[in-house]
Amino acid sequence: MSLSPLNALVLRTSLPVMFGYLPLGAAFGVLFSELDYHWLYATAMGLFIYAGAGQFLAVGLLANQATLTEMAVATLLINSRHIFYGLSLISRMPNRGWRRLYQIFGLTDETYSLITATPLPADIDRGQFQLRITAVNQLYWVIGCTLGAWLGSQLEFNTAGIAFVLPALFMVLTIEQYKHLRDMRPFIAALLIGFGTLLLISREQMLLIAILLSLSVLMMQYAAHRSPRGPEA
Amino acid sequence: MNEFWHLSSVIALLAGVTFLTRALPFMVLGRVADHPLLEHLGRFLPPIVMVLLVIYSFKNDVAFSLDFLPELGCLLLVTALHLAFRQALISIVGGTAMYMLLMQIGVG
Repeated sequence: MSLSPLNALVLRTSLPVMFGYLPLGAAFGVLFSELDYHWLYATAMGLFIYAGAGQFLAVGLLANQATLTEMAVATLLINSRHIFYGLSLISRMPNRGWRRLYQIFGLTDETYSLITATPLPADIDRGQFQLRITAVNQLYWVIGCTLGAWLGSQLEFNTAGIAFVLPALFMVLTIEQYKHLRDMRPFIAALLIGFGTLLLISREQMLLIAILLSLSVLMMQYAAHRSPRGPEA
Repeated sequence: MNEFWHLSSVIALLAGVTFLTRALPFMVLGRVADHPLLEHLGRFLPPIVMVLLVIYSFKNDVAFSLDFLPELGCLLLVTALHLAFRQALISIVGGTAMYMLLMQIGVG
């Protein structure tokens, strides 16, 4: 029995995501197992939340006994970049109904890049391709989360320092952003605003304040570059 | 059972919030997706947020002391690996393995 051309393309295209999501999901699982909850909760988080950085953050928040409000705000902030990532897909998602809802739910950075960057042969249905890419990517993630949490609950190993996967992931995403943008200014501005907020304004509320400051700077810069007679919103 | 309800409500809440951030552009921005201000923000906010997240990860130990050297060294390793191979997996695993090694042999 052989795979249909569609499934073969889906598996081939998603291979790099598999190699990323299995170990990264497992790292989350191992970290989660440190909390001494049942490993099935890690599976549930992969199934229902399905967000890398968000789930790592949740482990830290659970470990620190954060309140539900703190968790909601922190998660909203860490995921807010998705708002800007999803924009270009609005007109490029042919599915309707539950398929479209599931695709929006599963719109991770990696899934977004696969469905926007893969050239499709004429005989491949775009909607089916997008839906299956979303589903197999989540499958890799859920397997990774489960394996990591289960192994972490069975084996005793020293996980000190494993939380470094999160800053390492952000560093990689930063470099990818630079390769895409080729413009140093936003990175310098972010360093100034980030450290400025941390050292001069607030350590605890650093992320929220720094993002709001950055938004203000970007909007002022936008306004300054447009003539007063420019088109209105 | 207390644990069950606590974790279930945490998961439900985070699932809802995460879905909201992904659904928001489809819900409200569909009509204004081509507004130039939104394009401007969509272009420059993501790189800024990434840098802020890197800094935020170390918010509790950024004190310009020697304690921060292992973190800084490992971030440089991640950067070097990523510039060399451009494989997210190699960069992340390499940097994290080095950091774990440093922590476990008692550096930092």
